[in-house]
Amino acid sequence: MTEASTPDGTSSHTAGAQLERQKIMATLAAAAPDAIAEKFHALQAADYELVRQPETGLVMVRGRMGGTGNPFNLGEVTVTRCVVRLATGETGSSYSLGRNKEKALHTALIDARWQRDEERAQIEQDIITPLAEAHAAAGETVKQETEATKVNFFTMVRGDN
Amino acid sequence: MYVAVKGGETAIRNAHKLLAKRRRGDTSVPALTLEQIAEQLSHSVARVMGEGSLYDETLAALAIKQARGDLIEAAFLMRAYRTTLPRFGYSQPVDTARMLVERRISATYKDLPGGQVLGPTFDYSYRLLDFTLAAESDGAELPVETAEMRDEAMPRVTDLLGDEGLMEPDPITDVDAPVGDLTREPLAFPADRDLRLQNLARGDEGFLLALAYSTQRGYGRTHPFAGEIRYGEVEVEFFAEELGFAVTLGTIKVTECQMVNQFKGSSKAAPTFTRGYGLVFGQVERKAMSMAMVDRSMRWQELGEEQSAPAQDIEFVLSHSDNIQATGFVEHLKLPHYVDFQAELDLVRRMRAEWFEKRDQNPDEDAAAQEAAE
Repeated sequence: MTEASTPDGTSSHTAGAQLERQKIMATLAAAAPDAIAEKFHALQAADYELVRQPETGLVMVRGRMGGTGNPFNLGEVTVTRCVVRLATGETGSSYSLGRNKEKALHTALIDARWQRDEERAQIEQDIITPLAEAHAAAGETVKQETEATKVNFFTMVRGDN
Repeated sequence: MYVAVKGGETAIRNAHKLLAKRRRGDTSVPALTLEQIAEQLSHSVARVMGEGSLYDETLAALAIKQARGDLIEAAFLMRAYRTTLPRFGYSQPVDTARMLVERRISATYKDLPGGQVLGPTFDYSYRLLDFTLAAESDGAELPVETAEMRDEAMPRVTDLLGDEGLMEPDPITDVDAPVGDLTREPLAFPADRDLRLQNLARGDEGFLLALAYSTQRGYGRTHPFAGEIRYGEVEVEFFAEELGFAVTLGTIKVTECQMVNQFKGSSKAAPTFTRGYGLVFGQVERKAMSMAMVDRSMRWQELGEEQSAPAQDIEFVLSHSDNIQATGFVEHLKLPHYVDFQAELDLVRRMRAEWFEKRDQNPDEDAAAQEAAE
């Protein structure tokens, strides 16, 4: 971090950086394994070590009673995660639904390299933005198709006789 | 008497080989791919994920293929598979108000904020077989209509009623209270609503449908209205300890049903509607609705109602809703019971011997009884 660290400045900077990282991790998690692989292989290779091997496990998904009440356990999802450390020191993590270990490794490496000031702009431009746009476009298509099925119900009022 | 059971290894091995051959069927017909099952049999996939209590479309497709389309067997395979994986933890509760909605209907309000969207539904179809699907033409891309979406919020119908004070609020108690988990602790009674909802969410669709239907026919009437049914994608967030923040894992598709039911009130509280809640993996509306109705039925005690029907009997419902347990116990009857049965045979032979002995000793008594009967 290049910023002078005052207590306040540090925390707001950290919170902002964390929010950014949450966003890029969400974008990567939402992308298809093929799309991630293609973007990853377009990057120059970089040295890294595995901190935590790609590992598949379960997360119990919770809902809320009535939508807003006390939580309850709905059922599990498969999740694959991975942690890597670059030779330059940055640690990258990935968590996403499914069992694709290659995607988990690629995603963790992209996350790590995004944290490098030297690479961030490039990764945002080449990987994050296009993936986020594709995801948004897919969502938009669903919305538009759904909107065409919107109904207007009329209730018939019966006459007196 | 002990009767040993041994052998059968070769027969079992050969039977499983035969099963594999029959499962594949005629090899001049192309094999099903998992993508085909996941894409084109999505309701089967959803049911297997729900009752297998594990959301993974590809795994469910594999289970369906392996089980030759037997969905309970497929759910069983999912339950068995999940035991091989470590548990990373619990997600943050999903927020269905932020769903990417593909369908949202209400039978209680015709006009509601966000409107009603039918989405992909069998409702209003004529239930006539469509022979074009049997023809070669199936596979062509089918055009659909689109319309510009106004970015309008879709508040839950129950929240609208709640704003007017007409709906009982959702239960919110101690936020730090532990949440019951059937995969960690065996079911015990009395079961709180968290355990009941988890049990129903992975319960058998047919069983819940029959119970819900029974409440409509008068066995524990709850006067339900489908306040809202919505289906679509919700984000799953997980707090990663080592990162110190929540990560979005991706999205899953769920169906949510809010049943609006008749009233409760007391000298201290004005009458309000009451509610039952259904939430299931995938587009499984029949089950989400049934779940909400049975959830409401089982709340009889809390709402000061009388218990008179099977759907209200918490122990009965929760003990018999799980089709993996049910099929295990029913189907285990196929396995050798030679020892047990030998004991029964001995018993029935002894009883018969005593019966004949008694009859032969008192032939007159027998004749007298017959006369009296005549």
